Amino acid sequence: MARSDVLVSADWAEQNLNADKTVFIEVDEDTSAYDAGHIPGAIKLDWKKDLQDGVRRDFVDAERFSKLLSERGVANDDTVILYGGNNNWFAAYAYWYFKLYGHKDVKLIDGGRKKWELDGRPLSSETVTRPATDYKASEPDLSIRAFRDEVIDSIGKKNLVDVRSPDEFSGKILAPAHLPQEQAQQRGHIPGAINIPWSTTANEDGTFKSDEELEALYKEKGFDDSRETIAYCRIGERSSHTWFVLTELLGKKGVKNYDGSWVEYGSLVGAPIEL
Amino acid sequence: MCAAPKQGQKLPAGVDVEKETVLTGQVTDGSGNPVAGAFVRLLDSTGEFTAEVVASPTGDFRFFAAPGTWTLRALSSVGNGDVKISPEGPGIHEKDIVVSK
Repeated sequence: MARSDVLVSADWAEQNLNADKTVFIEVDEDTSAYDAGHIPGAIKLDWKKDLQDGVRRDFVDAERFSKLLSERGVANDDTVILYGGNNNWFAAYAYWYFKLYGHKDVKLIDGGRKKWELDGRPLSSETVTRPATDYKASEPDLSIRAFRDEVIDSIGKKNLVDVRSPDEFSGKILAPAHLPQEQAQQRGHIPGAINIPWSTTANEDGTFKSDEELEALYKEKGFDDSRETIAYCRIGERSSHTWFVLTELLGKKGVKNYDGSWVEYGSLVGAPIEL
Repeated sequence: MCAAPKQGQKLPAGVDVEKETVLTGQVTDGSGNPVAGAFVRLLDSTGEFTAEVVASPTGDFRFFAAPGTWTLRALSSVGNGDVKISPEGPGIHEKDIVVSK
């Protein structure tokens, strides 16, 4: 797996905005940024409205995902180029989600929306529509998604990588500091988890660090290459970012994202917690 | 330090400033003009990243943190800048950031 298979630079993106069979998609939790200005030609996906079930806490199923992408004009053989705000958190989540549903060719724009804006590249507020397609999602690939019982069974056996900030890991705060802190969950982390914040894998401008820097980072923090891995955060978007680093950039095997993450784990009656 | 929030910095409903340690301020350039859309990063006392927000059209930003020492760092296409803030308790704490190339 080469970086160029999974990541494109902002330069490449700007030069390929009109490339054939290539769809740019902005993915965010708050899509008001897209509405004010987006990469020319990009469509949007709303992390909550489009990608979550809306009643149960879960994904949309393969049928609904197929319907969504068909309506938005994404075809199975398109190259999907994802980017977004929040240092690509939700774009990385969408990357993992597209992979879960079997999309072959997906890439992230390195640095996402932040890098694009810091570079002063063009944004457009034009409405983008694409002709409908007949998208067929595969059944979900659960080899990349972890569930709660598996997480508890993995304590002491797998690498549990908590990618939240050190203060969330230690229980000083309960959510990223742009969100109110009064939450229902217990504070702390899964026993034995190692804290490798997602932010330590990225540069200030949102681009990923080099493979050498990333390998050195995980080694230094005690990541065990001989074990399988589960990454988690609060709601599963920052851990998608780390799933991308481990699986797609560093080529580690057996890495799952626990999208239930701390919002679920920290609410489970009797689940072991370490402070 | 504990001034009333500015226009455009209205807190979401249900936020209790008796409990929340709110850090707020404005990003400006060297001439005092607001820098809309700047990326404002909150770093903890060790310099580790904690959170990031995008400044409003008037350059305003807000974090929910905790008592302690923090660095507020702004990045923008017109330059970067940072400033330290040390809230001692809950309430609204205000600090502006000036960016330059």
